Amino acid sequence: MELRSVRRIYQGFFLLLFLVLLVANTSGLSGLGINYNTPVRLFLELSPLNGLSTLLATGVLYKGLILSLIVVGFTVFFGRLFCGWFCPFGTLHQLASWLFFSKKRGRDLLARNAYRKLYTLKYYLLFALLLCAVLGLNLAGFFDPIALTYRSLTLAITPILLHQYIPAEFSNGWVFGVLFIGLLLLNLIYPRFWCRVLCPLGALLGTMVVAPLFKIQRDENKCTNCNLCALRCQGGDDPNGVHRVRECHVCLNCTTSCNDDAISYRFLGDLGEGRKLDLDRRKLVLTLSASAFLPLVVRASSGRTRAPSPACIRPPNALPEQDFVRTCIKCGSCMKTCPSNALHPAFAEAGFEGFWTPVMVPRIGWCTQNCNLCSKACPTGAIRRFTIEEKIGRPIRQGSAVIDPGRCLPFAYGRPCIVCEEMCPTSPKAIFFEEVEVEFRGTRKTLKRPRIDLRYCTGCGICENKCPVGSQPAVYVIPSGETRETRDRFLLE
Amino acid sequence: MSKTLDRREFFKRFTQASGIILATTAGSLFFHDRARAETPAKKLRDHRKGISPAERMVVLRGQNIEAMVLKGFDAMGGAGAFIKKGDRVLLKPNMAWDRAPEQGANTNPLVVAAVVKAVLAAGAKEVIVADVPCNDPKKVLVRSGIRDAALKAGAKDVLVPQTGEDVEFDGKVLSTFAVGKEYLEADRIINLPVVKSHSLSGMTCCMKNWYGLLIGRRHELHQNINDSIADLAVAVKPTLTIIDATRILVHNGPTGGAMSDVVTKDTIVFTTDEVAGDAWAADLMGKTARELPYIGLAAARGAGKSDYARILKEEIAVGA
Repeated sequence: MELRSVRRIYQGFFLLLFLVLLVANTSGLSGLGINYNTPVRLFLELSPLNGLSTLLATGVLYKGLILSLIVVGFTVFFGRLFCGWFCPFGTLHQLASWLFFSKKRGRDLLARNAYRKLYTLKYYLLFALLLCAVLGLNLAGFFDPIALTYRSLTLAITPILLHQYIPAEFSNGWVFGVLFIGLLLLNLIYPRFWCRVLCPLGALLGTMVVAPLFKIQRDENKCTNCNLCALRCQGGDDPNGVHRVRECHVCLNCTTSCNDDAISYRFLGDLGEGRKLDLDRRKLVLTLSASAFLPLVVRASSGRTRAPSPACIRPPNALPEQDFVRTCIKCGSCMKTCPSNALHPAFAEAGFEGFWTPVMVPRIGWCTQNCNLCSKACPTGAIRRFTIEEKIGRPIRQGSAVIDPGRCLPFAYGRPCIVCEEMCPTSPKAIFFEEVEVEFRGTRKTLKRPRIDLRYCTGCGICENKCPVGSQPAVYVIPSGETRETRDRFLLE
Repeated sequence: MSKTLDRREFFKRFTQASGIILATTAGSLFFHDRARAETPAKKLRDHRKGISPAERMVVLRGQNIEAMVLKGFDAMGGAGAFIKKGDRVLLKPNMAWDRAPEQGANTNPLVVAAVVKAVLAAGAKEVIVADVPCNDPKKVLVRSGIRDAALKAGAKDVLVPQTGEDVEFDGKVLSTFAVGKEYLEADRIINLPVVKSHSLSGMTCCMKNWYGLLIGRRHELHQNINDSIADLAVAVKPTLTIIDATRILVHNGPTGGAMSDVVTKDTIVFTTDEVAGDAWAADLMGKTARELPYIGLAAARGAGKSDYARILKEEIAVGA
């Protein structure tokens, strides 16, 4: 079999596996939960960019992220095999560019698949991200292709395609859909535009291709300079000239298309000039200085540590906020797995560092008492593992319920209600009521008014979800009082 | 200078223009709606149509649930008095909460399973178990244990209706509300409530269980919970009511949560009158029917009689 066909089979297999594991990360399919023997986090854990950036930002390489060493090993020995054979986003880009360029022939295609200085942009982006991570601002998740694909498919694509089976919807999901489709459309400019120009994981892997044991090698004596090898080159790495081994995706289109047997993927090939990272020192200095500014100014403007947003309700047992935003890679895995569709990507409510991190929106879904799936789905430990016994027993609080007497039916409108008390899942119930005699427009009434006993409230949000005052519930959850954060407590305990 | 308009060209253009005008006019008329009239709401079926069982209540005590259910049907005059051959039967348990069976917040899955078997044995074409829960349906179906138990017993499906059709209840507070089509299509409906404390209504058992029929924002009904329960009791005409009092929730209802909220009673009650059923359950909870205004309201409107001693024929102890 041609090596190219082998590569295509691998690509198809890994894309399928990625999709299967994504769909498997849905509690609804099995009712109570996923069998977490299925490695739903696998792809996210395999990305060395996720591993390295969380390591730099937090000082810890969490749990499964050690698996990314496998990818490092492969890359060091064989080149960017990951990009050409494994990466599901890469495969999608290859499919998109095939769609746009399969009919093109000759000079145009050759020009579009040639190496360009623009392709070094991703290295500058990578160094900027890593420097930000060192300075405590973990932005890698925005750009990591695995996290990006996982997030886009979770928040935008499955809600369209699988809505019938997985009825979750996400606030602002359209943003992720538009970005995702937009990135695929970039393939109209150059094939695999993202992979060649933007992907910081590709860049990270490129930096590891120092002395690969295997590489593409052209025999100049046999070569007739027909350029067939460069026609379908995925990496844009000039196999017909000075081969840029760091750019090569090892797609093996070149070896397969050569009619003269002049080009091959060879053990201990000659490294030559193409091994150099084509970076400009001045640009690099400029990039690093500019990007160092970002974490500093974010740190100096984090007013929300003093005035936390009331909408920033985190998943149960999340790390304290400062650590959480450093650790979370915004992959959307917790949002995908949440059985009650409670978790949604944050926009402004969590500040710059918390953009797209998970927040609970109780009006859409509440935190189900008998559930700890988000902590199992999290690849970086931003949501720490916990058992259901701990969740109920300690208890783990996400915040506190607040009653607004200006809107609450028994308080403001003189009518009975008590839906929040009925729904409250704790025993004893955190919401209780007191009976009061009131005079409402000349009629004497006995009303049961809800009150909250914060000793029992976990901030699960079911009261807010079920409150009949729908557009602006009369009982709602604020993050104050959450277990993880000592700075935002307001009760003496 | 353009070509002068010849006859042929004139007819061609004239025909095209007329065609467009005709098509748009026809289309507009087709979609035209002066009144924006609403489609009339449906009514619930009478699930006692075609049967005339004697008015009766039977209390069974014991631990062998399957034997109790069989004995209960016997004492009521046989399952055939309620189920005709080929009937499509819907069971309406309380399957509202993400709670395990022993926590007592939902109907005991063993009771549901035993009723499924008995109804199928009486010749029902199919049995469906349905409820609209308060917690996440996926979790409720599994954790309540009802889905597994009922499917194993032979139920065709255990489901949570997601969309419904508007039903006219003509009640005092309850006007139209969406009800799952499964309820509208079933020939027979058996109510399978569980006895629980409830903070606002005092107690939930037979009549309050019909809240689970309603899809949508049913929580506004709590503003007049007693009349809304009576409305439901008048509108819904179940074939039979089987009360699960194998264990009851005495505190922290209707959700419970702690085992200290649950008391074992090892009792199942069959009744043709759900007002009487609720009055019996009130006694069990140590409450009087007067403390539960909806019992009086429902009785006053003809949904049943609260004096259950009138129809309580037998108390049967069923051995293991």
